[in-house]
Amino acid sequence: MNNILKLGALAAASTLVLAGCAANEAVVETATGAADGSTVELTGTLNGSGASSMAAGQEAWIAAFQIANPGVTVNYDPTGSGTGRAQFMEGATSFTGSDSYWKDEELLKTFPSCEAGTMPWEFPIWISPIAVIFNLDGISSLNMEGTTVAGIFAGEITMWNDSSIAAANPGVALPELQITAVHRSDESGTSKNFTDYLAKVAENVWTVGAIEAWPVEYGGEGAQGTSGVVSAVTGGNGTIGYADASRAGDLGTVAVKVGTDFVAYSAEAAAAVVDASPLVEGRESHDLAYKIDRNTTASGAYPIVLVSYLMGCNDYVDDEQAELVRAWASFLVSEEGQNAAAASAGNAPISAGLRAKAQAIIDEIK
Amino acid sequence: MTDTKPKVVRRLGDVVFANLAFFAGVSILATLATVAAFLFAQSVPAFTGPPIDAASEGFFSYVLPFVFGTVYASVIGLAIATPLAVGIALYISHFANRRFAQILGYAVDLLAAIPSVVYGLWGILVLAPFLSPTFNWLNENLGWIPIFAGQVSATGRTMLTVGIVLAIMVLPIMAALIREIFLQTPRLHEEAALALGATRWEMIKMAVLPFGRPGIISAAMLGLGRALGETMAVAMVLSPAAVVSFAVLTSTNSNTIAANIALQFPEAGGNYTNLLIATGLVLFAITMVVNMIARWVISRRAEFSGAN
Repeated sequence: MNNILKLGALAAASTLVLAGCAANEAVVETATGAADGSTVELTGTLNGSGASSMAAGQEAWIAAFQIANPGVTVNYDPTGSGTGRAQFMEGATSFTGSDSYWKDEELLKTFPSCEAGTMPWEFPIWISPIAVIFNLDGISSLNMEGTTVAGIFAGEITMWNDSSIAAANPGVALPELQITAVHRSDESGTSKNFTDYLAKVAENVWTVGAIEAWPVEYGGEGAQGTSGVVSAVTGGNGTIGYADASRAGDLGTVAVKVGTDFVAYSAEAAAAVVDASPLVEGRESHDLAYKIDRNTTASGAYPIVLVSYLMGCNDYVDDEQAELVRAWASFLVSEEGQNAAAASAGNAPISAGLRAKAQAIIDEIK
Repeated sequence: MTDTKPKVVRRLGDVVFANLAFFAGVSILATLATVAAFLFAQSVPAFTGPPIDAASEGFFSYVLPFVFGTVYASVIGLAIATPLAVGIALYISHFANRRFAQILGYAVDLLAAIPSVVYGLWGILVLAPFLSPTFNWLNENLGWIPIFAGQVSATGRTMLTVGIVLAIMVLPIMAALIREIFLQTPRLHEEAALALGATRWEMIKMAVLPFGRPGIISAAMLGLGRALGETMAVAMVLSPAAVVSFAVLTSTNSNTIAANIALQFPEAGGNYTNLLIATGLVLFAITMVVNMIARWVISRRAEFSGAN
């Protein structure tokens, strides 16, 4: 009986969501829009795990969501993307955050939380521009070609007054100083996305492709985690590194060449590159996996971004979980949710167009 | 003492305590066995499963730089810590007045209470920048010595910095142990030396140090054991690479096994996890060997335990 009531409320809520164009009201309506006018509170516990990159955002989302839905407890364990996806595939969690989309071989396996034969969905929930940060006295921004950035991190360009840097920065007095390129010593999605950019824009210079573990022959200095890189760059002189843009602080940042312009990182520029990128081919319609176009020439797009995905089941075995995930995911993609995360973590909100596509996927969760 | 044993009266308290003690003892063995079994079982897929990108040239060429880094960092740490620990122990046991010796003893013990992550932070934010100019000087003036050669790190996050951090971390346990050994020097030996006209330094050289040598060695072994397994401070301070490198001032340093596991585990998946656990097994083996050597040295000490 309880289930029937819930289903009724659910149907009503879904209709409202589908009818209204403002997808961001979904949470409120699910919580209060019962057919008979009485309040049906969402209750239950929702467990997720995955990428630590969006941990700060998840904290902000959980806080806001639990205030709106006091009966719901959401847990997000930032175990790392790989572990997060593995836990979801073991049926231990109901949703996952991941810095990379489902691998083809993962989609061939079974998902115990999902009804047999149904596939999981995914869409970008978190876009994080990766800033190329440096520490040079008196210089707060530099322009660089993609090949120059690749040359620096591959250990080929070793001095700050190198002609390729000077050519892109007329009028800037570059010191005759050794470059120390700092990279992540732990495996990270940030490294993977950054090196993917290097490999795509400068395949002759950066020849090892997108990697998580740094190749020894490229040398440079390793540091643990985003904080480690930022503190190594801050602590040294003539250092350069890459880190989540929200952590760039007072360090100098590099504007990279896109088309004919040099583009500095910004939330809008980061969201723009996702919209300008094609979807991964051969995926079903609920699978919004983007192949980020690092070579984009779209004006105002910043191609060094980390895109993290939210993942869940199209059809949950447990219908109560389906209801919770729908409300939760709707909140995350809502303008309110995206802005809440951006305000607390400094990432880039996904664009309105992408929000609508994601909401369409969420509405079909069963 | 007579050879005839008195009849044992078994009281309830005795039985309970004996059993508790027995289980405490056995639980150590059981824990050790469980850990070893876990390491073995979890290591197997690294060898039987599909090839792993990170170890494309086989397990041993993967783990070799880390074994080297682990031992190298610990040896540097020990080389710095041992003379310091002996000095501290001598000062506390034979030179300082009792009141000051007590305060100093507390201070040394306090070093042991600092969490390793704090040492890591201190290493990155304070020690590394502080040492950086010294490293430049060493490289310019003593660069002809291979270990000081190479391109000096701009941030100071090098093998030598890690060695110094490790030295400070193992110092308390070593100093405390050596101090206890020195305090056990037979009073008669010391007084005899002094009575023969030895100065205090000569007395220490002739009576205290020979008596304490096995103790110093076993303290060093315990310190080494701690240094080998140190994870957080190394992971935070060292700028690592998968190479075997003797240079201590560059950005390219051999990582340690423990730090490598800490750095790679969070994002590891599939049998890469098993590979990391297999490196953990190697570390386990190294540490066991070190501890066995320490045991052996301590047991040898019984042979010449002074005047007794």
